[in-house]
Amino acid sequence: MFIHKMGSPPWFYNFTGKFIPWFWLIFGVLTVWGLYLGLVKAPADYQQGESFRIMYLHVPAAWMSLLIYSTMAVMAFIALVWRIRIMEILAMASAPIGAAFTIVTLTAGSLWGRPTWGTYWVWDARLTSELVLLFLYLGIIGLYNSIDEPRKAARAACLLALVGAVNLPIIHYSVKWWNTLHQGSSISLLGGSSIDVSMLWPLLIMAVAAKFFYGANLLSRARITLLQQDIRKGWVREILKEKN
Amino acid sequence: MSHAPFIWAAYSIGAVVLLWCAVAPLVKKRSITRDIRRLIQIEERSRDTNT
Repeated sequence: MFIHKMGSPPWFYNFTGKFIPWFWLIFGVLTVWGLYLGLVKAPADYQQGESFRIMYLHVPAAWMSLLIYSTMAVMAFIALVWRIRIMEILAMASAPIGAAFTIVTLTAGSLWGRPTWGTYWVWDARLTSELVLLFLYLGIIGLYNSIDEPRKAARAACLLALVGAVNLPIIHYSVKWWNTLHQGSSISLLGGSSIDVSMLWPLLIMAVAAKFFYGANLLSRARITLLQQDIRKGWVREILKEKN
Repeated sequence: MSHAPFIWAAYSIGAVVLLWCAVAPLVKKRSITRDIRRLIQIEERSRDTNT
């Protein structure tokens, strides 16, 4: 029943519109709280000094770059198999957000690398595979924008998103499969974390905040694409009239 | 070596990129809403001249 409703553009537009301001509000509160704990309250790292504070931007952004791609690939699969238009729209709306988080990951990581490793960049497995992820996002955005018919464009880009999903395990396991300059994971859901609690909490808060950013941004973008695609349909005009 | 410039640079770039990501849909929505209103006006005008 819910999935059927989701397929209705006016219902999706009105229903999701209620969540966006709340998502932005939660994102704002969590970001301020997380940054305060991470940049002000958390002690300096005994080895890296103050530079470790870049972690509160770099790590949540890196997690988001992978999570958004995974979500996009699942939505692309559903869109291709069941031909659900809203899934195509959501998958395509995810790509620019994922690209933004990947750019943040790479730049923040590079700026963290200079004081820690003595270099901004090395062609090691983790960094290179993350750069490939950025190119995948840009490729998907480019392919989607290069075809005039939106549904054809979305299907082609969804296929590319699915093929590109092969890069996700490579990024995740790169620090285990190869000898890399990039450190291994400090946080594990099952095996415990090697990071102190005073440093861990701000990181988790920032990670949750990033998810609300994605939610708010994704819904905003999807709603606008719906308006754009249905520009000649009655429900779009009714919504505009209601707003006047 | 002071780490402050690296931290400030990382957060500044992050803020700019994410702000752009957040604002871009709002800008697009404004232009699409304008297009739709223009389309409605053109249709109403052509309907008026036909009747």
